[in-house]
Amino acid sequence: MKISISVNGEHVAVDVAPRMHLIDMLRDRLDLTGSHVGCEHGVCGACTILLDGVAVRGCLVLAVQADGCAVLTVEGMAQDARFDDLRAAFVAHNALQCGYCTPGMLAVAAELLDAGGTPDREAIRAHMSGNYCRCTGYQAIIDAVETVMKARA
Amino acid sequence: MLHAVDLPNTWIGRARPRDAAARQAAGGGRFVDDLRFPRLVHVAFLRSPHAHARIGAIDTAAASALPGVVRIVRAEDLDPIMSPWTGVLAHFKGLKSAPQFPLGRGTAVFQGEPILAVVAETRAQAEDALALVQVDWHPLPAVTDPEAALAGAAIHAALGDNLAFTRTAETGGDLATAFAGAHRVVESRFSTARHTGVTLEPRGILADWNRAEARLTVHHGTQAPHMMKEIFAKHLALPEESVRVICPDVGGSFGVKVHVYPDDMATVAIAVLLGRPVKFVADRMESFTSDIHAREHRIHARMAVDADGRILALEVDDLTAIGPYSVYPRTSAVEGNQVVNISGGWYRVPAYRAHLRVAFTNKPPTCQYRAVGHPVAVAVTEGMADLAAEALGLDPAEFRRRNLIADDAYPTRAPSGILFEGLSHHRALARLLEIMDYDGLRAQQAQARAEGRHLGIGIACFVEIANPSAAFYGVGGAPISAQDGCTVRLEPGGAVTVASSITEQGQGTEAILQQIAADALGIDPARVRVITGDTERTPYGGGTWASRGAGIGGEACLQASRGLAENIRALAGAVLQADPQSLALAGGAVVDAATGALRMTLPDLGRLGYFRGDLLPPGVQPELSVTRHFQTKKFPFAFTNGCQGSLIELDPETGFITLKKHWVVEDCGTVINPMLVDEQVRGGVVQGIGGALYEECLYDTDGNLLNGTMADYLVPMAGEMPDIVVAHIATPTAESALGAKGAGEAGTAGAPAAIMNALNDALRPLSARLTDMPFTPKRVLDAIKHGRTHQ
Repeated sequence: MKISISVNGEHVAVDVAPRMHLIDMLRDRLDLTGSHVGCEHGVCGACTILLDGVAVRGCLVLAVQADGCAVLTVEGMAQDARFDDLRAAFVAHNALQCGYCTPGMLAVAAELLDAGGTPDREAIRAHMSGNYCRCTGYQAIIDAVETVMKARA
Repeated sequence: MLHAVDLPNTWIGRARPRDAAARQAAGGGRFVDDLRFPRLVHVAFLRSPHAHARIGAIDTAAASALPGVVRIVRAEDLDPIMSPWTGVLAHFKGLKSAPQFPLGRGTAVFQGEPILAVVAETRAQAEDALALVQVDWHPLPAVTDPEAALAGAAIHAALGDNLAFTRTAETGGDLATAFAGAHRVVESRFSTARHTGVTLEPRGILADWNRAEARLTVHHGTQAPHMMKEIFAKHLALPEESVRVICPDVGGSFGVKVHVYPDDMATVAIAVLLGRPVKFVADRMESFTSDIHAREHRIHARMAVDADGRILALEVDDLTAIGPYSVYPRTSAVEGNQVVNISGGWYRVPAYRAHLRVAFTNKPPTCQYRAVGHPVAVAVTEGMADLAAEALGLDPAEFRRRNLIADDAYPTRAPSGILFEGLSHHRALARLLEIMDYDGLRAQQAQARAEGRHLGIGIACFVEIANPSAAFYGVGGAPISAQDGCTVRLEPGGAVTVASSITEQGQGTEAILQQIAADALGIDPARVRVITGDTERTPYGGGTWASRGAGIGGEACLQASRGLAENIRALAGAVLQADPQSLALAGGAVVDAATGALRMTLPDLGRLGYFRGDLLPPGVQPELSVTRHFQTKKFPFAFTNGCQGSLIELDPETGFITLKKHWVVEDCGTVINPMLVDEQVRGGVVQGIGGALYEECLYDTDGNLLNGTMADYLVPMAGEMPDIVVAHIATPTAESALGAKGAGEAGTAGAPAAIMNALNDALRPLSARLTDMPFTPKRVLDAIKHGRTHQ
């Protein structure tokens, strides 16, 4: 099936099999390998991307469902000044070790920060709780998100 | 002597963020599955759906006909290419295992064992084809219980029985006399559950066989590239110079990625068979059924104490189940062996006996996973300490004060006989009680109890093995290097390139090497470029495991950097007609050591050295690259120590445990980057909490995995985890100039014990006690119910 989609601000037309997941299209057809695949059934959150501004699991969305939508991946976020403070906070707090979960964590954090407000640590933890990280123990990730939230408030 | 942190030009001890973090956060991560190769094909494995079954006829006709299928590979197809291996080591006397092949043949012995491979143009096509392969399975009875395994028929008939290994350590005074004459004797059983590493990046390997050159290049998510090179060469019967192993980014490892897996070996053999690049990346179900598992232990322990609350004797009996094979080349006897070595290791124990039995079963093989054996040994020791304290009517902290090895007693030995260089248990405990506000917490607990709430406070002391010498593996015949090497090179523009044999999986290996080199050479770490994870571009060494990167690889880097600094001073001295001893390196320049006055910038020196030899005095040969190696010799291990505290709240109606806060005091010697050490500790604690509260590979009696997805196998998530306070004491090792020990495993070693003791502290008023991990709500409720019945 032919689909037309905006990826990180670029218009792309792709011919995909109906069964192809959005994350596989991004990685294997567009070579945007920044987003990673962890469990392929929507639990670990590694492949989380922003689809029309909403954090979604790239492994639970079919590529054809994204026809006509705007996708933002970690590569796109890295070129977008709106996320500079978030990325800088992740680095400053060492909110990542191996980095495999990070693109997904950034997408989920961006969604929370976009919503505005000043959630407490417990609420930040709850929001980030759909994304698995085996390395950090999470505290540095929560610290990073909290720092950006306070700075933006 | 290393300088204090507040001096300028000092990078050791600074919390500097990692360059790799910036790269990863910008989407620049490059893991095995991100690599792109022309003519790449993908492999998927047919895995045994049974824990134990004879493999009958295999029909691949329909699968072969699918579009995109390149080759279907049967076990015997790889026989001309790859030889089998056996996971035994000479220093584990009596350890036995069966030969293992890249693809199982004859009889499958665990669910998930690969028996056939499909190679296709895409992974999806390979999986489509797998679904059409017909195998005539003849299921056999599976043995899943270690006691039953020891009593029953051998899984591998040639081995005679299912006892893989046994060891008894008996040291000190007479155990029977100690128990007979004791003021109090406490005893308990403990169990830790079989769980697994769950690295977020699954295992992945991409093998590329260049027929024209007869050279194999393997891109592999591994912790030990030089070891894997040896193993690939050996089992492919290739000369070592024909094999190169490269580690791209590795998405977490924790020991999972330091072992030899049949599917990895098969992928490499298939690349040789096909003469083109072949990739295997495990999917999550494959991770659960084929990554190493760990920590399936049943322990019975007894402790004798005198009327003064001093330990007289400790006896530990450990039965552990390792699956059907001992894993190559580290073996699966090490985990249980560590329980024997470490139990009671921080206390004065006049009489000690530990007995270990290691059993084969029809579950996936177990092997070394973060903090190997420590979580078991620490939980048993600290569980017994709390029981003894309770029997004596002593506060748990006071019991520990009376029994911990004195800080001035070193060097000394553990009850098992293992040698300790220098530890700080009393200072660490005192610091822990201080940062926890232990007395304040006890008051808070009493207040809460009066209000009907059940808080629990638990503490756990521990040791952690780091910086192993050749006594760990090399002595047993494994191609595992206990030494590491580092080359440090000055570039013409004043930058420095460091190439090290230790590897990076996110813990910050490259960051600490930058800091060590920058510190010794007086330059900004931003100007230090680090190369790791390539057998052709780094010196030879063991890699990163057993918390050895900083202590061994870091020291090699320090010595190489100091050697380069000396050569730079010598060259500068020759050019400036100055005594090299009067020169120092600071701020990216050669300066006068006494006044700090600029004598020559490093770019000027580099350009002179590399491009203007004509200007150098006769006989001066610039040596601007230096390589040094390091391994520990005096002590078989550099032990670290620490203690942890946990505050939990128990809901006796639901069995839910809320982790309110966690504290750690860690002594890993010299701290190179405190932020990275703290993060190692925190990540380790959370992994330990996983084992204590959530994680278990659940099997039915037929050996079927019941929770092989991330929806069913619970791991710690952000919402349930506490904030973790980390403090340090520094007792540097005298074996190196750097003084660093390891910090990767302390968190995981001590957390389960601290959580268990906190839980039992909360359960005590309910007359309940629980020592079977994980402490699920159901188990907690059952314990409370049992307690009520027996009140």
